[in-house]
Amino acid sequence: MITPKLILLVIALAPLVGAIVAGLFGRRVGRAGAHTVTIAGVAVSFVLSCYALYQLSTGGWGVFNENLYTWFEVGKLSAHVGFLVDRLTAVMMVVVTSVSLLVHVYTIGYMRDDPGYQRFFSYISLFTFSMLMLVMSNNFMQLFFGWEAVGLVSYLLIGFWFKRPSAIFANMKAFLVNRVGDFGFLLGIAAVLFCFGSLDYATVFASADATLTGRTLEIIAGHPWQAATVIGVLLFIGAMGKSAQVPLHVWLPDSMEGPTPISALIHAATMVTAGIFMVARMSPLYELSETALSFVLIVGATTALFTGLIGIVQNDVKRVVAYSTLSQLGYMTVALGVSAYSAAIFHLMTHAFFKALLFLGAGSVIIAMHHEQDMRHMGGLRKYMPITFITGWIGTLALTGFPGFSGFFSKDAIIEAVHESHRYGSGYAYLCVLIGVFVTALYSFRLIYLTYHGKERFVVEHAHHDAHGHARDAHHDEHADEHADDDHGHHEPGHLEHAPHESPWVVTLPLILLAIPSVVIGWLTIGPMLFGDFFAGAIVVKEGGPLAELAHEWHGPGAMVLHGLLGLPFWFAVAGFAVATYVYLFNQAIADRAAKTFAPLYRLLQNKYGIDDLYFAIFARGGLKLGRGLWRGGDVAVIDDGIVNGSAALVQRIAASVRRLQSGYLYHYAFAMILGLIVLLGGLWMAAR
Amino acid sequence: MTQQILFYAFAAVLVASALAVITVKNSVHAALCLVLTFFTAASIWILAEAEFLGLALIVVYVGAVMVLFLFVVMMLDIKEEAVREGFIRFLPVGVVVAVVMLAEMLSLIGVRALQAVPLPENPALAAGSNTSWLGKALFTQFLLPFEVAALILTVALIAAVALTLRKRSGVRTQKPGQQVLVQRDERLRVVKMASEAPSTGESA
Amino acid sequence: MISLAHFIVLGTILFCISVAGIFINRKNVIVLLMAIELMLLAVNMNFVAFSRYLGDPSGQVFVFFILTVAAAESAIGLAILVVLFRNRSTINVAEIDSMKG
Repeated sequence: MITPKLILLVIALAPLVGAIVAGLFGRRVGRAGAHTVTIAGVAVSFVLSCYALYQLSTGGWGVFNENLYTWFEVGKLSAHVGFLVDRLTAVMMVVVTSVSLLVHVYTIGYMRDDPGYQRFFSYISLFTFSMLMLVMSNNFMQLFFGWEAVGLVSYLLIGFWFKRPSAIFANMKAFLVNRVGDFGFLLGIAAVLFCFGSLDYATVFASADATLTGRTLEIIAGHPWQAATVIGVLLFIGAMGKSAQVPLHVWLPDSMEGPTPISALIHAATMVTAGIFMVARMSPLYELSETALSFVLIVGATTALFTGLIGIVQNDVKRVVAYSTLSQLGYMTVALGVSAYSAAIFHLMTHAFFKALLFLGAGSVIIAMHHEQDMRHMGGLRKYMPITFITGWIGTLALTGFPGFSGFFSKDAIIEAVHESHRYGSGYAYLCVLIGVFVTALYSFRLIYLTYHGKERFVVEHAHHDAHGHARDAHHDEHADEHADDDHGHHEPGHLEHAPHESPWVVTLPLILLAIPSVVIGWLTIGPMLFGDFFAGAIVVKEGGPLAELAHEWHGPGAMVLHGLLGLPFWFAVAGFAVATYVYLFNQAIADRAAKTFAPLYRLLQNKYGIDDLYFAIFARGGLKLGRGLWRGGDVAVIDDGIVNGSAALVQRIAASVRRLQSGYLYHYAFAMILGLIVLLGGLWMAAR
Repeated sequence: MTQQILFYAFAAVLVASALAVITVKNSVHAALCLVLTFFTAASIWILAEAEFLGLALIVVYVGAVMVLFLFVVMMLDIKEEAVREGFIRFLPVGVVVAVVMLAEMLSLIGVRALQAVPLPENPALAAGSNTSWLGKALFTQFLLPFEVAALILTVALIAAVALTLRKRSGVRTQKPGQQVLVQRDERLRVVKMASEAPSTGESA
Repeated sequence: MISLAHFIVLGTILFCISVAGIFINRKNVIVLLMAIELMLLAVNMNFVAFSRYLGDPSGQVFVFFILTVAAAESAIGLAILVVLFRNRSTINVAEIDSMKG
């Protein structure tokens, strides 16, 4: 009997099986075996997820909420493994499994020369499993498990090339920064448990209104805080870590040290959106606290604008996309902040497709350039790799919100929602997201122009040109070892041994498959997702949310496109496009001159506002200093010299003086005894008086 | 009245001889003074109608322990000057300590109050004699301690012998145990040899 | 009439004499042993007096045991002394300090 429960179990466990096979038996099953089994697992998950989504959206299934396994029960607290699958979950499942599937396929091409091939497949399948556990969870405990599990795989993958010091550094940075977020997240879960006495979503959400309204927590004596605000802010701190919001965003750009497929899968499409998903899932809690939502709104707006600005000055192709991801995550957070949760999820979905597309496209370029990532050594690639070029354009148009593309619908909806909102901070947020559109267009087209258009800024050394195909194989064989080594470049930057060429079909196929939803998914789904009741029951919004007001003006996607052409965001995007086109296509010198003219600003952006340096100075160096101080002062001085050696020395000193009493002479002892007797008698005599 | 005079006389001898024990130069004299001390103490006990213990003190101490002391003192070649060193120096200290202690003890005891209390009628008279009175207590109520005391004495005896026993090297002594165990083969060897003809050369 | 006080005072005097003896004869082990015997005698004196005063034979039984133990003690003490003298050729306590800490 095929029940929904069985199907959901298979969805969650199929990638895990693949991960185990590829991870533990990778050597036995070989490279082909490893990618076959993991892709099969994820494909099964994908197909079944689509089926589940279909059933849920057509009403074939009701909301599935069931505990599958009881881990432990302590008093009133019971920890379960369970699934809560409604339409929100199903959308996430489809997004996760589809992107994951395509990334799996893409990886065959991208990692084909890497010695850690099986390990990589094992990791990404494990990631898929963890992410599914996260989104399908029906309680906070499992949510936290999934949260940490995706984090773990993310760290593993950032440090995938573990012989590179920079990768290890980025790995540790991601880990440490996420600790900060997770600490808040854990405290938030603790606060939920404290207030509700339960960790089950259903229980918590059902009684959220009754429990939290008017309830205060007094963490610092004399300062009662709204319980809903405390919970909301703490949980959001977790989301800030995972979804890389300012000021915990610093790990995401560095995470680009990992292989490109995981940048697409984990650091663009899925894991970093876990925070967004979490807040949307917790909407019944967030709706109770205006303060928490304002906090979310302001953090998101800041992230959306200011990380985008950094993207303009980056030269590494992957880093530009990474900063773009940060900025887009900021947009989603802004949407959450104005109670437009559906818009956030909608943008999450469209962003997953077009950002994965952009990342995979960047990866394709990187393959072609033999792991050269600096855009200053690219240019003119359009004629060498047409498929990557076209899909790159599609992704960019989607990202910048060209009317009709998926990104347009989601981003415009967010901007309009912010415009409609009256929440504290929405004015600032509106400004940020509007300028953000300009910035997005600027750095996106800068990327496109520097990479695909213009002059070729690399030199092809024709040494091996005669045996082109042959040389290519030889080259790859050489690279197989060098991946493991520190750098890929045995050539000068910008010097290629042979001309770049289009990537193999396993790379381009995912690009094409991702380009399709990047174009159409917005048009198809905006109606039900944003303005219909698709998420009814999963997402709770109080009366009079901005989306409800927008719904009054909703006349279908076509009307929205037409309206968008006249809207302010579109013209901001056009302005960005124009500036980028002029500067990077026709008059490159302006960019350099602008960099000189606005040198302080330029340096500020180059230094990423100095946040990294600040963290280094305060936390890293401070921690080091604190550690050294504790070592010198605490460990060496107090414990070693004071307690351990000190007590020994004290005993020695006391013993040295006491041993003089032990003269060894009998009469000394006798004298002491008699003296004692006299004193005793004297005492008695005094007492008798 | 007679008793009192006798008591004071014995007490005076006792104190004097005790003082002599700790002050005389010669250890042999000290030991002899100790004998006198014990003897007078035994006399005082007999005055207190503890006849058995008085006699036991004489037998055990004067007869056995003090003789042992004398033996030892005479056996060891003691240099008097060395052991007398510091005698004068510590005399004041000793006197002060003793006097202070005496004053403390006497004032604590409350001599005056006790002086008014005469000794009661001797309960031993009811039992016949002091010896049978004591013996009954000793062999009924205190039988186990009595036997333990016997054990202690045995242990002391063995310990004293074991402590002073020594093997001297280079001294030839008989070892009767080994003598008894000797075998014939160790002492006697039978040799077989061819008989010889008497020499004939010189007899003429 | 002889009272309890007579015996007790006598015992006290005897005891203090022996204490003084321990002080002033600090070098001579034999005299030290004798002083200890004197102390025991002083204690015995008290036992006898109180036993007689209370009409209880236990005191005198204890004197009996003390005599026993004291005899054992002096036997062993003297044995040790003999061994000591044999090994060190002295009974000077000032030279016996191997127990020094």
